[in-house]
Formats: sequence, C-alpha cells, structure tokens
Amino acid sequence: MDRADTSARIATVIEPFNKKALPVTDDTSFAGDLEWDSLTVMDFVAAIEDEFDIIITMNQQAEIETYGQLIDAVTKLRG
Amino acid sequence: MSDTAPETAEKTDLFSKFDPLIEQRRVLLSTGITDPFNLVMERVVSPTEAICNGRRTILLGTYNYMGMTFDPDVIASGKKALDEFGSGTTGSRVLNGTYAGHRACEDALREFYGMDHAMVFSTGYQANLGIISTIAGKGDYIVLDIDSHASIWDGCKMGDAEVVPFKHNDIEAMEKRLRRIPEGAGKLVILEGVYSMLGDIAPLKEMIAIAKKYGAMVLVDEAHSMGFIGPNGRGVAEDQGVLDQVDFVIGTFSKSVGTVGGFCVSNHPKFEIMRLVCRPYVFTASLPPSVVHTAATSIRKLMHAGAKRAHLWENSRNLHTRLTALGFTLGTKTPQSAIIAVIMPDLERGAMMWEALLHEGLYVNLARPPATPAGMTLLRCSLCAEHTAEQVETIIGMFERAGKATGILGGII
Repeated sequence: MDRADTSARIATVIEPFNKKALPVTDDTSFAGDLEWDSLTVMDFVAAIEDEFDIIITMNQQAEIETYGQLIDAVTKLRG
Repeated sequence: MSDTAPETAEKTDLFSKFDPLIEQRRVLLSTGITDPFNLVMERVVSPTEAICNGRRTILLGTYNYMGMTFDPDVIASGKKALDEFGSGTTGSRVLNGTYAGHRACEDALREFYGMDHAMVFSTGYQANLGIISTIAGKGDYIVLDIDSHASIWDGCKMGDAEVVPFKHNDIEAMEKRLRRIPEGAGKLVILEGVYSMLGDIAPLKEMIAIAKKYGAMVLVDEAHSMGFIGPNGRGVAEDQGVLDQVDFVIGTFSKSVGTVGGFCVSNHPKFEIMRLVCRPYVFTASLPPSVVHTAATSIRKLMHAGAKRAHLWENSRNLHTRLTALGFTLGTKTPQSAIIAVIMPDLERGAMMWEALLHEGLYVNLARPPATPAGMTLLRCSLCAEHTAEQVETIIGMFERAGKATGILGGII
C-alpha cells in the first residue's frame, strides 16, 4: 500500500479528533502540537486500527510521536 | 583527560521530572487542607473504626470487605504462629522460606476455589507482576482492558510481550483486537472481576467466551470480589458461571482475607513449574508465618460466610440508593460490588469534600489520576460486612452535611 493513500485515509480519520482544526503536517506532534491527552490518543488509535484493520500495539505506539511517523508505521503495518 | 569532556559536567537532576506533581501538591496543600495522602491511623478499634487525628473515625475506604482483620480465630492463629515459627522466614519460597503455614495457605486456596494448583506470593502486586511477565513473553500478545490495575500493566511491561489494550469493558473492541493478532502467536486475555476505581464489574461470561473462541488463555484478577461475590465468594467469574473457563485467577490477601499477600490459582497441568521460573516469586522473601496462618484461617472461614456476604450486599445497595437520592453522582448506575465511587467535579473540590468528611469522622479514599479512568477525581467508598445498618445511616448523614458544606450538593459553587 502506498504512503499517499494511507496518508489520505488517516487525514479523514483525524478530522473529528482535531477539534481546534490545527494544520497537520508530517512534523505535527500528537502530544505537543495537538495537545491530546491519553484518552484521546486511545480513541484515535482505535479509530485508526478499525480503519485499516490492524493492531498498533502499545510497544509500537511508544515509537510514534508525530503524524509522519504514524503514516509510516501504518503503511508498514498494512504491508 | 579528553579535550571534549568538561572538567565538571552540569549536574542533571533526575527529580526534575516530578516538578509538575510537586507543584500540584504545593498548590493543594497551600490552601491549608489536610494532606489526603498522609493520614495516620493512630489506633484501630475494629474493622470499621479507627482513631485519626485524635478523632473516632468510621472507616469507609479499607477494602476490608469481610471484616476479617479482628476475627478472633484469625488473630489466635497468627499469635500461635508467631510463638511457634518466629517473626519471619528470612528466605525465598524456593530455599528456606516455605514453612508449613505457606503450604496450609495454598491448601486452603485450592479448596476455596476448587482448583488444582495454588501459589502464594508476598503481595498481590507481585502475583500479577510475576505470573503475567512469566507466561507472556517476547512475541506473545496480551489483550487487556485499558482500566487494568497498575500491577497488571507493570507485569506486561516486564514480560516484553506485545501489549494491546481495548476500551473498558467493550466486548466488540476486545474481539476486534483478538481477531487481528497474527496466526500462531501466543495470546493472553487479562480481565478484572471488579474494577476498583468505579466498582463496576466485567461481562466475564461474554468476554471469556470470545477469548476462548480465538484460542487465548484467560487471566482474571478477582482482588475486589474474593470472599464476597459469587455463591461461594470465589468472585465474578463464579457468579457468572464461567470460573471453569478461567486459566488463572489472581487474588490478594489484603482485601477480604484481611492480611497481606497475593496468589494465583490454576488448573493448568504444568502450573507448578511457575515456582522455579517466576522471578517475583523466587527472588524475594516469603510471607512471615503469622501472616500465612492468619490468611489460611481467614480463607477457610470465608468459605462459610454466606450470611456476611448477604449483609454486605445489603450495605452496598443501601448506601448506593441513598447517596444517589441525595444527588451525588456515582461511578455505577446500580450497586455492582462493595465499592461505591462518588464522582467529584475536580481535585480541589474532591480534596475539600474529603476533608469535610474526615472532620465529620468518616474516612474514604481520595482517588485521582493516573489511578482513575478519564481523569476523574473520586471519593471511593468500600463497604465492610461489619458495618452495621446504623453506621451506614450515620455515613449517609455525614455525606449530606459535608456535601452541603462544600457546595458539592445544592449547587452553591
């Protein structure tokens, strides 16, 4: 699966979570820029998992801090 | 000396990561409020009363569900063990630390649960830490409820397994995650009978059926249900008729049993090997003889405690109904366990209400994040089978007065 397709689908999933409608780039950090708390992160991860029918384990989540890293990780998980 | 190394490097303070918490405590205590996390029980009168700050105080936050701490038979067995076996074992269970009392305790647990194997740990925390980290290792998958106890999370972290949480008590979310685990991987589902923060129970029957469908082993922590829930006090899994489907039950002696220690019971045919490979079991000293003798006596008495269980349910239902009627927001719509959580608007007002109750002569637990779900501040009440109906009546009056005084009730704030 290519990165552009993954990126477009993640952009749709992230919309309802991005309450302040902040601009999101590959460098946008979930905790720092979007100021998400752990509950929002959990719901967002579940939404991403459902969208792509994948598992993002806690171990993998620990490595994902930015939007770009998430796209890379999901692209890889989709194989 | 190398050219690049400074003569004295600037000292890094490893404690700076705690600054936000230190500041939060400073602000809270600067209001002159009693520190909710530093209370001393000066004397303990009974399972339901103590002297705190010189004042007689009703205890409503002890987890002493069955009130076994002052049971005369329990006390007598502990005293006898102190005289006959000494104050401590000074050794690991696998070396010099297994006494007759440890075996007696494991025998009592096997009988209590009707299971083949029982293993006693020095604390409940170590039981979860040890069993989870030992059975789920690298490459295995743990699927667990997001509201799991700290000891479960720490066990997951220690074992290097892939950790996959799901939304609290969400059967569908659990199934989706199990379905997505790669074929052939080892799977462990971890659930709790009663979740200790809100006092709600898990739909174990449905969840365990799904776990089994996907070939997962199931571990259930019944710390807050043992002795009280289920026809024989074996917990929520017994109550829902699925105890025989549970591979590992984790429990503690520090709640209904009334002392300290933890355990795992199981019917797994190879379970005994745990005693050699489980590090939190091997590399620590075993429980003192007095503790295991009090535990064994208490567990045996809990097998025949039907009348106490009935009275505790009565207390729980009564307090739940009356607090709801007063206008408090509770963690559950119906009383599901012996825990009743009163939801506070924020930490400041929660601490004010906690202090007002203490001045009334009532102790409850103030619980706050990260222990609580959804960033909530809770006044957590745990009832005891030894609370009389009169005490529960007194408690309700205290809540009403404190609630009005602090503005939690009546909309003053």
